[in-house]
Amino acid sequence: MTAGILSFLSSFGSHLPFARKTFARGVHPASNKSTAGTPLRRMPFAPRMILPLAQHIGKPAVPTILVGQEVVRGQLIARADGFLSVPLHAPVDGVVEAIELMPSARGPWTESIVIRTYEASTQEVRWGEPRDMAALTPAEIIQAIQDTGMVGLGGAAFPSHAKLTVPKGRTIHTLVVNGCECEPYLTCDHRIMVERTDDLIQGIRYAMRAVGAEKAVIGVEDNKPDAVAAIRARLPADGSITVEAVETKYPQGAEKMLIKSALGLEVPAGGLPSEVGVVVNNVGTLALLGRLLPSGQGLTERVVTVTGPGISRPGDYWVPIGTPMRHVLEWAGAEDVTEREIILGGPMMGQAIASLDVPVTKGVSGILVFDRRDIETESARKTYACIKCGECVQACPMGLNPSMLGLLAASSEYDRMGSGYHLGDCFECGCCTYVCPSNIPLVQQFRAAKGVLRDRAEAVKSKLELHESGERFDFGHKEGEGRKPGGSRHPINPPPSAKP
Amino acid sequence: MTGKSRRIELRAAPHVKRGVNVETIMLHVVLALLPIAGFSVIQYGLSALALIMATTVSCLLSERLFSRLSGQGNTLADWSATITGLLLALTLPPSFPLWMAAVAGFAAIALGKVLFGGLGYNVFNPALVGRAFVQAAFPVAITTWAPAFFPGRFTGFIPTTFTMPLMTPPGLAEWLHQHVVDGFTGATPLARWKFENHVASAGDLLSGVATASAGETSALLILACGLYLAARKFMDWRIPVAVIGSAALVALAFHLVDPGRYPAPVFVLLSGGLMLGAVFMATDMATSPVTATGVWIYGAVIGVVTVMIRYFGGLTEGVMYAILIGNALVPLIDQYTQPRVFGARGRKA
Repeated sequence: MTAGILSFLSSFGSHLPFARKTFARGVHPASNKSTAGTPLRRMPFAPRMILPLAQHIGKPAVPTILVGQEVVRGQLIARADGFLSVPLHAPVDGVVEAIELMPSARGPWTESIVIRTYEASTQEVRWGEPRDMAALTPAEIIQAIQDTGMVGLGGAAFPSHAKLTVPKGRTIHTLVVNGCECEPYLTCDHRIMVERTDDLIQGIRYAMRAVGAEKAVIGVEDNKPDAVAAIRARLPADGSITVEAVETKYPQGAEKMLIKSALGLEVPAGGLPSEVGVVVNNVGTLALLGRLLPSGQGLTERVVTVTGPGISRPGDYWVPIGTPMRHVLEWAGAEDVTEREIILGGPMMGQAIASLDVPVTKGVSGILVFDRRDIETESARKTYACIKCGECVQACPMGLNPSMLGLLAASSEYDRMGSGYHLGDCFECGCCTYVCPSNIPLVQQFRAAKGVLRDRAEAVKSKLELHESGERFDFGHKEGEGRKPGGSRHPINPPPSAKP
Repeated sequence: MTGKSRRIELRAAPHVKRGVNVETIMLHVVLALLPIAGFSVIQYGLSALALIMATTVSCLLSERLFSRLSGQGNTLADWSATITGLLLALTLPPSFPLWMAAVAGFAAIALGKVLFGGLGYNVFNPALVGRAFVQAAFPVAITTWAPAFFPGRFTGFIPTTFTMPLMTPPGLAEWLHQHVVDGFTGATPLARWKFENHVASAGDLLSGVATASAGETSALLILACGLYLAARKFMDWRIPVAVIGSAALVALAFHLVDPGRYPAPVFVLLSGGLMLGAVFMATDMATSPVTATGVWIYGAVIGVVTVMIRYFGGLTEGVMYAILIGNALVPLIDQYTQPRVFGARGRKA
């Protein structure tokens, strides 16, 4: 009730002194963050590790080892291929069993390095030279970040060094640190803020130097007062880093929303945060950078929230990159995975996987297991025609009109969606589908429509002839048909701008 | 993988839903209408009950017929036809013959809803389409009124209720003479104001003793039910606020200019179907705009047009046509009130 009153008051905007820091619209899904109070734990090595070469946005890494070669934990096993690419490091001591096509979250066949773990493999990382961070120039810090293989751990998996590279002609005044973790169920960032506060502050200092920012603001949703308190206790005395409690609301952790909430700045439509002098980074990413950069080590593990109704030992685990899902789920107590839905990431933007052989990659922030009951509840929902209730319009954080976009999608008017109704500004947060009482798969249709527009643009670019009659794209979800599993064509990973 | 057949669900995000479905919303509207329908039975007895049942059953049967013909499956479960039936009954005189009520229900569903493609595609509020149809078809029956709280209302029916189908209802004069205290004029407060310049007191209007269709005599009850819907977020509170507010403002302006000719705003708000229309009919989701700005404009248009029809039109009551006009403007309003895109260039937030 209190939350309702507060959100009602905050709907008057930031003109009122008592209004919480926030953005307009958005939704309030049940948080289900039952693992928020459980300390971080380690997960043992799986007997076999699978490391896709493309775990990040950009060009896949290039293997630097051979099949049959022994590797030690932390060793470089694949190098970055160009600027928009990151290297890979061995998560275990072991031997390279194969470099072959393996299932991954991106699809059934992804080129991957397979390592058989030595039983005696230890947690110790024996690779990497400690370096004097104080002596590095911004450019050298960027290079050092790329060498760690770091990507945005919030889920976007966009190479961190590329994100921290300031475009020519722009200056950055503020580093916004994203500790919102607005996705339900996920608590990995929360635990890191509480338990790895010093690493986080250290990482923030490095990133500030890399981008030349004078200030840093850590935005944390106000449902995590312990994280706010822990950070506040460790803030440097010079006042360059501050922490800001922002309203608990989805998608508070989306870059543009958080910048609006924390700084009151609005990133221009279609633009990057650097246009308003801001760079955003996730707390998990910066906390790991704070630890890895001085030691010269690479990214070999990350914190993953393993939870959901189908998990008996939920919690936040340090999981070595490359650990197969089967191993994670067995360890966390998901006995039987028949008739389950397994989601990588949060429930609002996460991706369902089809195989338990899919490994944990750098961008996996959570593994959620829903059981049969939840699936049946969802499948029982009937799809109606749009009743124009306007709920989606009042939910869309980008100020779009999902109702209209949905009607246009239903009649395949993709071009009008893009030109007249700003489809390109949709970052697929899913608020519209979440609220829709008619259960129309709105955001799913928008992903498909974007895919069609992208394909068309590429086709035009390569001067291919489009045969209007021959080119009919399967839409996956048709009205009144209910949901078809796996029917929509959508990018596996959300675009870099979207990491709630 | 093992040889055992495993089923892992694959769906596209989001994987959770708010859990409010169309039928949830509609069911709550039905629940919110029940107290008002109940009050009308207290006022008018068995005839009102029969009328409510006639319109509702007629709407449900029509809906079932058309959904079967169009192969849409059973659409009764979404409760929208029930709402149409209840609303329709509340806009009709309690003495309205049942066969005409059945015609009204059929017209509401057939012309107001199915013709456009069913729930969500309809342009006009179905109940009002049904009401408009019978207003044109049966002009006498729809202006024949029985007094509220007449004695014997729980033991017998108003004679017109059971008029044979396709027959003209009998006159009520004799029955009224037997049952009713002297002084009953058979005119609604709005008609009495229009033709006799008699302004009913707010107390009469609020207590339900005024002569009118059931939905026109329980302003406080309607407001209470509307507050429930608004609090549960099953209704956009802006619409009734805009309708009632704009009607009050316009009425106030007229009243200040010529208090002798134009009544105080409180009469305008409490008389006629303004409350029922503002709370339950203008708020129909399918026939109202989707954006907040659009909704304010839409509500204001309805409020202003209602007062204009009452003051300058030939009819005593204007809410029905005002809402239908508002409905017709919705596509236009929607087109010009698109939300502002986050970070839109050229304009500051």
